[in-house]
Amino acid sequence: MGRRVGLEVSLACAEAVGLCNVDVIAAYPITPQTHIVEHLSELVADGHLDAEFVPVESEHSAMSACVGSSAAGARTFTSTSSQGLALMHEILFIASALRLPIVMAVANRSLSGPISIWNDHSDIMAERDIGWIQTFAENGQEVVDLTLHAFKVAEDSRVCLPMAVNLDGFNLTHVIEPMELPDQEQVDAYLPPFKPSQRLDTAAPISMGMVGVPEVYTEAKKACLEALENSYPVIVEHWKGLAEQFGREYKPIETYRTDDAELLFVTMGSMGETVMSAVDQMRDDGQKVGVVRIRLWRPFPVDDFMNAIAGAKVLAVIDRALSPGVPAGPVATELRGMLYTKDDRPYVADFVCGLSGRDVTRSQFTEMAAQAKEAASSGKEMFCQMVGVKE
Amino acid sequence: MADEGMTPWKDLALGCAMTEPGSSRRFNTGDWRSRRRPVTDREKCIKCGLCWIICPDMAYSPDPEDEGFYNWDSFYCKGCGICLEECPKDAISWQEEREEDKYGPACGS
Amino acid sequence: MISAAEALKDFKKITPKTIPLVEPFSKGHRACQGCGEVLALRLVAKAVGMDMIAVSATGCMEIISSPYPQTAWEVPWIHVAFENAAAVASGIEAGRKAMIRKGIIKDDGAKIVAFAGDGATADIGLQALSGALERGHDFTYICLDNEAYMNTGIQRSSSTPYGAMTTTSPPGKVSKGQMTWKKNVPMIAAAHNIPYVATASPAWHVDLMNKVKKAVSIPGPAYIHIFSPCPTGWRCPPETSIETARKVVQSKVFPLYEVIDGRYVLTRDIKKPIPVEEYLKTQRRFSHLKEEDIAYIQKRVDGEWDRLLKLVQVTNEEA
Repeated sequence: MGRRVGLEVSLACAEAVGLCNVDVIAAYPITPQTHIVEHLSELVADGHLDAEFVPVESEHSAMSACVGSSAAGARTFTSTSSQGLALMHEILFIASALRLPIVMAVANRSLSGPISIWNDHSDIMAERDIGWIQTFAENGQEVVDLTLHAFKVAEDSRVCLPMAVNLDGFNLTHVIEPMELPDQEQVDAYLPPFKPSQRLDTAAPISMGMVGVPEVYTEAKKACLEALENSYPVIVEHWKGLAEQFGREYKPIETYRTDDAELLFVTMGSMGETVMSAVDQMRDDGQKVGVVRIRLWRPFPVDDFMNAIAGAKVLAVIDRALSPGVPAGPVATELRGMLYTKDDRPYVADFVCGLSGRDVTRSQFTEMAAQAKEAASSGKEMFCQMVGVKE
Repeated sequence: MADEGMTPWKDLALGCAMTEPGSSRRFNTGDWRSRRRPVTDREKCIKCGLCWIICPDMAYSPDPEDEGFYNWDSFYCKGCGICLEECPKDAISWQEEREEDKYGPACGS
Repeated sequence: MISAAEALKDFKKITPKTIPLVEPFSKGHRACQGCGEVLALRLVAKAVGMDMIAVSATGCMEIISSPYPQTAWEVPWIHVAFENAAAVASGIEAGRKAMIRKGIIKDDGAKIVAFAGDGATADIGLQALSGALERGHDFTYICLDNEAYMNTGIQRSSSTPYGAMTTTSPPGKVSKGQMTWKKNVPMIAAAHNIPYVATASPAWHVDLMNKVKKAVSIPGPAYIHIFSPCPTGWRCPPETSIETARKVVQSKVFPLYEVIDGRYVLTRDIKKPIPVEEYLKTQRRFSHLKEEDIAYIQKRVDGEWDRLLKLVQVTNEEA
C-alpha cells in the first residue's frame, strides 16, 4: 500500500526508476544529478534492480546509448543537468525523431557561463524545440509520480516519444522531503512491460535513421509534430490513472487561489511552492492574487492555461532563464504569443529571477506583484525585469 | 509532378523508418554506366569467382544453369572495371554499349 | 570472460570455396563506381551474415545506403549521428543483454556491428570508441578507412596519410599539404586491451572475411581497421581500387596483422616489399610529392614496419 518515507528527492527519483523496472540506465555524473545515478548504481549492484548500468564516458554518449538501447526495445532511463544536457543536444532531436520512449530526469541547473552548479531553468529552456514531452515537478512526491507517469506515457503506443521530467537542482534534488513511495505491486498494476511496436530485431529488419531527403523530411517532421500534440489526451489519461492507482491527482496546469484573483503569478517547478506561500501572505493583506503552476510544458496545454487565467487582469510570469536579444524570458515570450489572438487578454509582466540558485523571498514576490500592477495600470509597454540585480 | 512518389505523412512508418529491407534493389544503378559494359569470355573463364566476390555492386551472381560461371547484371553494374582488372585470365573485356541497351530488368534479385 | 584464443579454438575458416553466398547488404546502393569502401562493407556483411544488427555513423556508407526510401540494409540497421556509432552500439548491446537476462526477448545470437569511417573513428568518434572498448561491450567495430572525410568532399582526417592532398590539406605555395603522420588507430584500440584487433585490405578478401568472422565470434569488443580505396577522393581510376589495396600492403604502408589477446600476429610477412613510390604514384593525391618527401615516407614506413616486427616478437615471447 506504499510507504511513507523521509528521503532525499534524488534518491526517491532513483527509487521510482527502480520500481519501473528499467532495463538500461546510461548516464554520466554531473552536479546536482549525481545522487540519482549513484543510487541507481547501488540498486543495480545490490540486485534490487535488474538492469544494465552503462557508465558512459560523456553525456553525448549517454543519450546515444539510450537511443541504441531504446531502439533495441529496452526500457531506458537517463538523467543529467546543465552542461550535460547541452552536450546531449544534437542527439535529443534525433531521439524524438526516431520516436524512442526514453525517460530522462533533468536536475535543472544553470548553463555556463559563468559556470554554475546551482538551480535555474536555463538548461531546459535551451531545449524547448527537441520534440520531447516535458513536465515540471514542484516537490519530491511529484518527482516520484511524474517519473512513473513518464514511462507510462512515453511507451504508450499512441505516443512513442521521449519524455523529460524536470526537477530543480539542489532545491529539490538535495532536499529531504516526506513522500509516499508506492510498492511494486501498485507500480506493476499502473505500468505494464514495454512492448515496442518496432525495434531492431533480426526477425523483422528495419532501417532507422535514414537520410531525410527533401521529398520526405517535411512529412517526417509533421508526423512527429502531430505525435507530440496528440500525446496530450494520453498524458491526461495516465494522470487520471495515477490518481486511481495512487490517490494523487495531477493536472497539466494547477491553480491556487485563482478564483477571484486580479493578478496571477505563473510559475514552473519548485518555486511555485514559495509563491503559494507569498500569495497566502498577500491574501491576508487583502490582495486578490493567486498562482498558476505549469506542470506540462511540452506540449503546452493552451486551453488549460487559458481556463486557469480567465478573469485575471495581470499576469506576473516568473522566468528562471534569460532569452538574450528578446525583450523577455522564454516563458513570458511563449505565453504572450499564445495570448496574442485572445480577446480580453491580461497584461503580462515578466520577472526573471532565481538565476543560478539565488533565493527569491516572499517579500520579493510581494514587490513583484506591486510592480506588475503598477506597470499594468500605467499602460507601460509589456514589462520585463531582472529581479534583484545589484546595480 | 514535384510530389510524385512522395508519401503522405500519415503513411510513414514510426520515426520515418524503412520497414522494407533492401528496398534499394529497385534502384537502377546500371544507368550510371557510360558507353561500355564488361563481357566475360567463358572460354577463358576458369570459374575462380573473383569477379563475383570483388564487385562492389554485386553485379555478378552464380549462373544457376551453368555451375561455376557467373551472370552479369546490367541493372546494377556501374561499369567501374574492377572485374576486368582483377580477372586472372583477362577473360573480361569492354564492349561498346549503346545508351538504349543499358536499361535491362533486374535479374537474380 | 574467455580469451580470444579460447573463443577461436574451434574457429572454422572461410576458404575461397566456402565464401558465404548471403548478401546482407543489397544491390542498388549509391556508392561511387569502383568504391573500395562499399566492397569492404559488403565483405564484412557476408562474413557476419544475416544475424547482424548494424549501426552506422554518418558518412559515405550511411549516405549511400539509406536515401529514403531506398535502404540497402537487409538486416536491422540504425544511424544516429557522426561521432557516436560506438555509443549507440553500446546501448543496443546493453539493452539486449538486459532484455535477454530478464527473459523479455530470446537470445537470437545477433551480432552487433558498428560501421564508421576514419573521420567518425579517429577524430570525432574517438571518445565514444574508447569508452565502448574500455567498458568491454560485446560488439565489433569496423573502421572503413578511406583516409579523409570523403562524404563531405575530401577533407583531411587524422587518418589522412602524410603528404596526401585533401581539400583542407592542399599543397600550395607555402604548404606541402598533409604534414602529420597517419594516426595509428588499430594500436590505440589494442592499447585498450580488448581481445581482438585486426587490420585488413579488400585485396585479400578471404583474409578480411575471416578476420571479421573471428571478431564477431569472440566475446567482448573487437576492432577491425579496413583499408578502403576511394577513387573519387584519391584521384585514381575506379578499376584500380583492388590493385591499390594490394600495393598498400606490398609496400608495407598498411601492414596486415592481428592482435589476439594482446599478442601481435603478422598476417603477411612482406619479404619482397615494393618501394612506397610504386604505391604512391597510383593516386594523384600524392602526385605533388617531391623526392625528399617520398624518401621521408619510405624511411618512416620502414621504421614502423621494423617496430611492428619487434612488437610481434616481444608479445609472442610474453605469451
